[in-house]
Amino acid sequence: MNSVRALIVDDSSVMRKLVERGLKQAGIMLDEVLEAGNGAEALAILQESKVDIVLCDINMPVMDGLEFVKQLASVEKAKGVPVVMITTEGSESHVVQALTSGARGYIRKPFSAAQIRERIVPILSGQA
Amino acid sequence: MKNATELPMTDDGYKSWVPLLDLATREVFEMMLGSQLRAPETEAEIPLDVTSMVGLAGQLCGILSVRCTRKLAALMASKMLGTDPDTAGPEIPDACGEICNMVAGNFKNKISGLSDGCMLSVPTVVTGSDYQMRSLSDYPALEVRLELEGMPIIVSLEIHS
Repeated sequence: MNSVRALIVDDSSVMRKLVERGLKQAGIMLDEVLEAGNGAEALAILQESKVDIVLCDINMPVMDGLEFVKQLASVEKAKGVPVVMITTEGSESHVVQALTSGARGYIRKPFSAAQIRERIVPILSGQA
Repeated sequence: MKNATELPMTDDGYKSWVPLLDLATREVFEMMLGSQLRAPETEAEIPLDVTSMVGLAGQLCGILSVRCTRKLAALMASKMLGTDPDTAGPEIPDACGEICNMVAGNFKNKISGLSDGCMLSVPTVVTGSDYQMRSLSDYPALEVRLELEGMPIIVSLEIHS
Protein backbone atom coordinates (compact mmCIF):
# COMPACT_ATOMS: atom_id res chain seq x y z
CA MET A 1 0.00 0.00 0.00
CA ASN A 2 1.40 3.41 -1.00
CA SER A 3 1.51 6.36 1.36
CA VAL A 4 -1.81 8.16 1.46
CA ARG A 5 -3.24 11.65 1.66
CA ALA A 6 -5.91 11.72 4.35
CA LEU A 7 -8.50 14.34 5.28
CA ILE A 8 -9.54 14.23 8.94
CA VAL A 9 -12.80 16.02 9.77
CA ASP A 10 -13.64 16.68 13.42
CA ASP A 11 -14.56 19.81 15.36
CA SER A 12 -12.07 18.82 18.05
CA SER A 13 -8.45 19.55 17.15
CA VAL A 14 -7.38 17.05 19.81
CA MET A 15 -9.44 14.32 18.17
CA ARG A 16 -7.97 15.15 14.77
CA LYS A 17 -4.50 14.59 16.22
CA LEU A 18 -5.64 11.33 17.85
CA VAL A 19 -7.04 10.04 14.56
CA GLU A 20 -3.79 10.94 12.78
CA ARG A 21 -1.80 9.12 15.46
CA GLY A 22 -4.18 6.14 15.19
CA LEU A 23 -3.51 5.94 11.43
CA LYS A 24 0.24 5.97 12.02
CA GLN A 25 -0.01 3.36 14.77
CA ALA A 26 -2.07 1.22 12.42
CA GLY A 27 0.91 1.18 10.06
CA ILE A 28 -0.67 3.43 7.43
CA MET A 29 1.98 5.60 5.81
CA LEU A 30 0.79 9.16 5.53
CA ASP A 31 1.96 11.35 2.70
CA GLU A 32 -0.07 14.32 3.94
CA VAL A 33 -2.84 14.95 6.45
CA LEU A 34 -5.38 17.69 5.79
CA GLU A 35 -7.74 18.83 8.55
CA ALA A 36 -11.24 20.33 8.63
CA GLY A 37 -13.39 21.38 11.58
CA ASN A 38 -16.74 20.53 9.99
CA GLY A 39 -18.36 19.14 6.85
CA ALA A 40 -18.51 22.48 5.04
CA GLU A 41 -14.78 23.07 5.52
CA ALA A 42 -14.12 19.52 4.31
CA LEU A 43 -16.15 20.07 1.13
CA ALA A 44 -14.21 23.26 0.42
CA ILE A 45 -10.90 21.41 0.82
CA LEU A 46 -12.04 18.57 -1.44
CA GLN A 47 -12.94 21.00 -4.20
CA GLU A 48 -9.27 22.00 -4.30
CA SER A 49 -7.32 18.96 -3.12
CA LYS A 50 -7.33 15.28 -3.96
CA VAL A 51 -7.18 12.84 -1.06
CA ASP A 52 -7.21 9.05 -0.78
CA ILE A 53 -9.50 8.76 2.23
CA VAL A 54 -11.68 10.93 4.49
CA LEU A 55 -12.12 10.15 8.19
CA CYS A 56 -15.09 12.05 9.50
CA ASP A 57 -16.88 12.65 12.82
CA ILE A 58 -20.69 12.73 12.78
CA ASN A 59 -21.68 15.33 15.39
CA MET A 60 -20.18 18.63 14.27
CA PRO A 61 -21.40 22.22 14.07
CA VAL A 62 -22.17 23.98 10.74
CA MET A 63 -22.43 20.74 8.75
CA ASP A 64 -22.49 17.30 10.37
CA GLY A 65 -20.84 14.19 9.02
CA LEU A 66 -23.97 12.62 7.54
CA GLU A 67 -24.82 15.77 5.56
CA PHE A 68 -21.19 16.00 4.45
CA VAL A 69 -21.27 12.47 3.01
CA LYS A 70 -24.51 13.24 1.14
CA GLN A 71 -23.10 16.46 -0.35
CA LEU A 72 -19.78 14.84 -1.19
CA ALA A 73 -21.43 13.05 -4.12
CA SER A 74 -21.75 16.39 -5.89
CA VAL A 75 -18.04 17.21 -5.63
CA GLU A 76 -16.55 16.05 -8.93
CA LYS A 77 -12.96 15.93 -7.65
CA ALA A 78 -13.95 13.74 -4.72
CA LYS A 79 -15.87 11.09 -6.67
CA GLY A 80 -14.99 7.65 -5.36
CA VAL A 81 -13.07 8.92 -2.34
CA PRO A 82 -13.96 6.60 0.54
CA VAL A 83 -15.33 8.13 3.74
CA VAL A 84 -15.05 6.35 7.09
CA MET A 85 -17.07 7.75 9.97
CA ILE A 86 -15.32 7.93 13.35
CA THR A 87 -17.72 8.85 16.12
CA THR A 88 -18.82 8.33 19.69
CA GLU A 89 -22.36 7.63 18.53
CA GLY A 90 -22.23 3.88 18.05
CA SER A 91 -25.92 3.14 17.71
CA GLU A 92 -27.18 0.82 15.01
CA SER A 93 -29.33 3.60 13.55
CA HIS A 94 -26.28 5.86 13.22
CA VAL A 95 -24.31 3.10 11.50
CA VAL A 96 -27.18 2.45 9.07
CA GLN A 97 -27.62 6.19 8.43
CA ALA A 98 -23.91 6.64 7.77
CA LEU A 99 -23.65 3.69 5.43
CA THR A 100 -26.81 4.57 3.50
CA SER A 101 -25.56 8.15 3.18
CA GLY A 102 -22.51 6.84 1.37
CA ALA A 103 -19.89 6.14 4.05
CA ARG A 104 -17.74 3.09 3.42
CA GLY A 105 -17.05 2.25 7.03
CA TYR A 106 -17.67 3.10 10.65
CA ILE A 107 -15.35 3.23 13.67
CA ARG A 108 -16.46 3.92 17.23
CA LYS A 109 -14.53 6.14 19.61
CA PRO A 110 -12.61 5.08 21.60
CA PHE A 111 -10.69 3.14 18.98
CA SER A 112 -7.54 1.06 18.90
CA ALA A 113 -4.88 0.98 16.19
CA ALA A 114 -5.99 -2.58 15.45
CA GLN A 115 -9.56 -1.42 14.79
CA ILE A 116 -8.31 1.30 12.44
CA ARG A 117 -6.12 -1.21 10.60
CA GLU A 118 -8.98 -3.70 10.32
CA ARG A 119 -11.43 -1.15 8.90
CA ILE A 120 -9.25 1.17 6.84
CA VAL A 121 -6.48 -0.94 5.29
CA PRO A 122 -8.95 -3.06 3.23
CA ILE A 123 -10.59 0.12 1.94
CA LEU A 124 -7.25 1.67 0.96
CA SER A 125 -6.16 -1.60 -0.60
CA GLY A 126 -9.33 -1.77 -2.66
CA GLN A 127 -10.45 -4.92 -0.89
CA ALA A 128 -13.55 -3.44 0.68
CA MET B 1 -24.47 -6.86 28.50
CA LYS B 2 -27.38 -5.12 30.22
CA ASN B 3 -30.55 -4.35 28.32
CA ALA B 4 -31.97 -0.83 28.47
CA THR B 5 -35.47 -2.16 27.98
CA GLU B 6 -35.00 -3.36 31.55
CA LEU B 7 -33.75 -0.11 33.12
CA PRO B 8 -33.14 -0.88 36.80
CA MET B 9 -35.24 2.07 38.15
CA THR B 10 -33.95 1.45 41.67
CA ASP B 11 -30.89 2.68 43.58
CA ASP B 12 -29.50 -0.83 43.87
CA GLY B 13 -30.34 -1.62 40.26
CA TYR B 14 -28.46 1.38 38.94
CA LYS B 15 -25.52 0.55 41.22
CA SER B 16 -25.07 -2.59 39.10
CA TRP B 17 -23.96 -0.22 36.29
CA VAL B 18 -20.92 0.99 38.27
CA PRO B 19 -18.61 -1.76 36.90
CA LEU B 20 -19.67 -0.79 33.36
CA LEU B 21 -18.90 2.86 34.07
CA ASP B 22 -15.53 1.82 35.49
CA LEU B 23 -14.77 -0.33 32.41
CA ALA B 24 -15.94 2.36 29.97
CA THR B 25 -13.59 4.88 31.61
CA ARG B 26 -10.59 2.56 31.72
CA GLU B 27 -11.06 1.63 28.05
CA VAL B 28 -11.05 5.27 26.94
CA PHE B 29 -7.81 5.95 28.79
CA GLU B 30 -6.16 2.77 27.55
CA MET B 31 -7.12 3.20 23.91
CA MET B 32 -6.90 6.96 23.49
CA LEU B 33 -4.19 7.96 25.98
CA GLY B 34 -2.24 4.70 26.24
CA SER B 35 -2.63 4.95 30.02
CA GLN B 36 -3.78 2.52 32.66
CA LEU B 37 -6.06 3.93 35.33
CA ARG B 38 -5.79 2.40 38.79
CA ALA B 39 -8.01 2.24 41.84
CA PRO B 40 -6.82 4.92 44.28
CA GLU B 41 -4.75 3.74 47.22
CA THR B 42 -5.99 6.54 49.46
CA GLU B 43 -9.14 8.65 49.53
CA ALA B 44 -7.34 11.98 50.04
CA GLU B 45 -9.60 14.95 49.36
CA ILE B 46 -7.88 17.07 46.72
CA PRO B 47 -9.77 19.96 45.09
CA LEU B 48 -10.69 18.86 41.59
CA ASP B 49 -10.79 22.03 39.54
CA VAL B 50 -11.61 20.77 36.05
CA THR B 51 -15.09 19.34 35.50
CA SER B 52 -16.23 18.03 32.12
CA MET B 53 -19.89 17.22 31.62
CA VAL B 54 -21.99 15.52 28.96
CA GLY B 55 -25.77 15.37 29.14
CA LEU B 56 -27.75 12.23 28.32
CA ALA B 57 -31.30 12.41 27.02
CA GLY B 58 -33.79 9.80 25.88
CA GLN B 59 -34.36 6.44 27.52
CA LEU B 60 -31.76 7.43 30.07
CA CYS B 61 -31.55 11.07 31.16
CA GLY B 62 -28.80 12.52 33.27
CA ILE B 63 -25.34 14.00 33.38
CA LEU B 64 -22.04 12.22 33.18
CA SER B 65 -19.13 14.17 34.61
CA VAL B 66 -15.39 13.63 34.75
CA ARG B 67 -13.53 15.61 37.42
CA CYS B 68 -9.79 15.96 37.89
CA THR B 69 -7.10 18.44 38.86
CA ARG B 70 -5.76 21.01 36.41
CA LYS B 71 -2.42 19.18 36.50
CA LEU B 72 -4.05 15.91 35.48
CA ALA B 73 -6.11 17.67 32.80
CA ALA B 74 -2.87 19.01 31.30
CA LEU B 75 -1.32 15.54 31.48
CA MET B 76 -4.35 14.00 29.72
CA ALA B 77 -4.21 16.63 26.97
CA SER B 78 -0.50 16.10 26.51
CA LYS B 79 -0.95 12.34 26.24
CA MET B 80 -3.65 12.81 23.61
CA LEU B 81 -1.53 15.27 21.62
CA GLY B 82 1.85 13.63 22.19
CA THR B 83 3.27 16.83 23.66
CA ASP B 84 4.85 18.01 26.91
CA PRO B 85 2.30 18.59 29.76
CA ASP B 86 3.92 21.97 30.47
CA THR B 87 3.04 23.20 26.98
CA ALA B 88 -0.63 22.10 27.08
CA GLY B 89 -2.87 25.15 27.21
CA PRO B 90 -5.86 25.92 25.03
CA GLU B 91 -6.25 22.24 24.15
CA ILE B 92 -6.98 21.23 27.75
CA PRO B 93 -10.76 21.91 27.72
CA ASP B 94 -11.07 20.30 24.28
CA ALA B 95 -9.21 17.19 25.50
CA CYS B 96 -11.23 16.92 28.74
CA GLY B 97 -14.52 17.39 26.88
CA GLU B 98 -13.63 14.70 24.37
CA ILE B 99 -12.64 12.27 27.13
CA CYS B 100 -15.95 12.87 28.89
CA ASN B 101 -17.83 12.44 25.60
CA MET B 102 -16.07 9.16 24.85
CA VAL B 103 -16.65 7.80 28.37
CA ALA B 104 -20.36 8.64 28.06
CA GLY B 105 -20.60 7.10 24.59
CA ASN B 106 -18.63 4.02 25.53
CA PHE B 107 -20.74 3.55 28.66
CA LYS B 108 -24.08 3.75 26.85
CA ASN B 109 -22.81 1.47 24.08
CA LYS B 110 -22.20 -1.19 26.73
CA ILE B 111 -25.88 -1.26 27.67
CA SER B 112 -27.84 -3.05 24.98
CA GLY B 113 -30.69 -0.94 23.64
CA LEU B 114 -29.42 2.26 25.23
CA SER B 115 -27.08 3.07 22.38
CA ASP B 116 -30.00 3.84 20.06
CA GLY B 117 -32.29 5.25 22.72
CA CYS B 118 -30.02 7.79 24.35
CA MET B 119 -28.44 10.89 22.82
CA LEU B 120 -25.41 12.78 24.10
CA SER B 121 -25.04 16.54 24.34
CA VAL B 122 -21.90 18.40 23.33
CA PRO B 123 -19.46 18.49 26.25
CA THR B 124 -19.18 21.40 28.69
CA VAL B 125 -15.99 22.01 30.66
CA VAL B 126 -15.96 24.07 33.86
CA THR B 127 -12.73 25.16 35.55
CA GLY B 128 -12.44 26.15 39.20
CA SER B 129 -13.66 24.35 42.30
CA ASP B 130 -15.55 27.01 44.21
CA TYR B 131 -19.02 26.06 43.08
CA GLN B 132 -21.86 23.72 43.97
CA MET B 133 -23.68 21.67 41.39
CA ARG B 134 -27.28 20.68 41.92
CA SER B 135 -28.74 18.13 39.56
CA LEU B 136 -32.39 17.10 39.48
CA SER B 137 -31.35 13.49 39.71
CA ASP B 138 -33.72 10.93 41.13
CA TYR B 139 -31.11 8.46 42.27
CA PRO B 140 -27.80 8.70 44.13
CA ALA B 141 -24.98 9.39 41.68
CA LEU B 142 -23.04 6.42 40.40
CA GLU B 143 -19.41 7.17 41.08
CA VAL B 144 -16.13 5.66 39.98
CA ARG B 145 -12.91 6.83 41.65
CA LEU B 146 -9.70 6.12 39.82
CA GLU B 147 -6.25 7.63 39.52
CA LEU B 148 -3.66 8.28 36.85
CA GLU B 149 -0.04 8.69 37.90
CA GLY B 150 -1.19 9.22 41.48
CA MET B 151 -3.68 11.95 40.60
CA PRO B 152 -7.39 11.36 41.24
CA ILE B 153 -10.11 11.27 38.63
CA ILE B 154 -13.78 10.91 39.52
CA VAL B 155 -16.43 9.84 37.02
CA SER B 156 -20.04 10.38 38.10
CA LEU B 157 -23.34 9.56 36.48
CA GLU B 158 -26.36 11.41 37.87
CA ILE B 159 -29.57 9.79 36.66
CA HIS B 160 -32.82 11.62 36.15
CA SER B 161 -35.57 9.16 35.33
